[in-house]
Amino acid sequence: MASLDDLKKRIASVKSTQKITKAMKMVAAAKLKRAQDSAEKGRPYSEKMNNIILNLSEGISDKENAPKLLSGTGKDQIHLCVVMTSDRGLCGGFNSNIIKKAKSYFSRLSSEGKKLKIITVGSKGNDQLKRVFGDKIIENISFKNSKNANFFDAEKVSKIIIEKFQKEEFDICTIFFNQFKNVITQIPQAQQIIPLKTDINDKEKSEDNYEFEPDEDEILTNLLPKNISTQIFKAMLENSASEQGARMSAMDNATRNAGEMVDKLTIEYNRSRQAAITKELIEIISGAESL
Amino acid sequence: MSEEFKLEVVNPEKSFLAKDDVTEVVVPAFEGEMGILKDHISIISFLKPGIIKIYSKLGEEKYYVEDGIIEFKNNNLSILTSSIFNIKDMEKSKIDEMLKVAEEETAKNNISDQAKYLIDQKIEVLRTIN
Repeated sequence: MASLDDLKKRIASVKSTQKITKAMKMVAAAKLKRAQDSAEKGRPYSEKMNNIILNLSEGISDKENAPKLLSGTGKDQIHLCVVMTSDRGLCGGFNSNIIKKAKSYFSRLSSEGKKLKIITVGSKGNDQLKRVFGDKIIENISFKNSKNANFFDAEKVSKIIIEKFQKEEFDICTIFFNQFKNVITQIPQAQQIIPLKTDINDKEKSEDNYEFEPDEDEILTNLLPKNISTQIFKAMLENSASEQGARMSAMDNATRNAGEMVDKLTIEYNRSRQAAITKELIEIISGAESL
Repeated sequence: MSEEFKLEVVNPEKSFLAKDDVTEVVVPAFEGEMGILKDHISIISFLKPGIIKIYSKLGEEKYYVEDGIIEFKNNNLSILTSSIFNIKDMEKSKIDEMLKVAEEETAKNNISDQAKYLIDQKIEVLRTIN
């Protein structure tokens, strides 16, 4: 049995860990509020963008010559996967969930004989993927220095993607991120951004005929790259809200576990203290009896 | 009958501006400035760097934009842009800085004609408000 001193030290150390996890939980809660706010505020933009593109792609006259970003290259041999994770750890299953989703997608691709290329956004994803898929990772982007998700960063990512698309380095691009549902639930998502999937059922077909200035094709060519930035930005916002949510619940659990552990250790400490006293008493009494 | 319609300006971070008493909006569309009044035909267009002028009861407001898309439908005007500033809030030092960056950009040879055109536009507009 551990000595009283050891137990005392362990209790003290568990208590200080508890303090840290509690503080992290509070910080995450504060950040979550902000991240959630900006995720909600960012929604109108991406929704409107989607609507406009939907209207445009319906109105487009010449589907054969539609911009490649919309219609794709006509092949599906090379897949580019953009895996978006956080730069910091200690957020429960947040990163592992995305990685798990991505890995199952990867193995499906390779069983179909498709070629795979990976871009990781956020250093945690890179750490987890580079052991197995190290040779597939073509780029690693990290925004450790920016405090909040901002559109400028999203544009940087999309520029890299579009550049690679124009060089015909891949045919299909999918992004992986966590969608924020609530504090305890985040759903890992895979969303295809090139070629763009338009869900016609999503929205009732609008009857109006729009006037386009300049013509549809030209607007689309200009709009599609922007839409990719928007989609990536949306993913970044969802991700940052999810990250804080996941961290908050993970830290909440850790704090609770530490509390339980302190209770258990305290009981053990008291018991062994009592045992020591009893033992001493017995020694004294049996000493006195033997006289 | 009132001559007012709704306007919403959104940027990726938030809804930047929403008004429902606008009488006229002038936007720098790609093929030239375009004034939009109530009951305009449904239109989608995109913007080049320039100044958006919004007329309402309160008078005139001016915003500087670098890019964006506009959609007008059922007397709702949506402007989506990633960079918009109220000209009143723009400081001279910032404009100077933006001008400098743009001038460096246009001096490069490897940019496309369209990009060059847009940057030249930007410089021109920045000079006028400066």
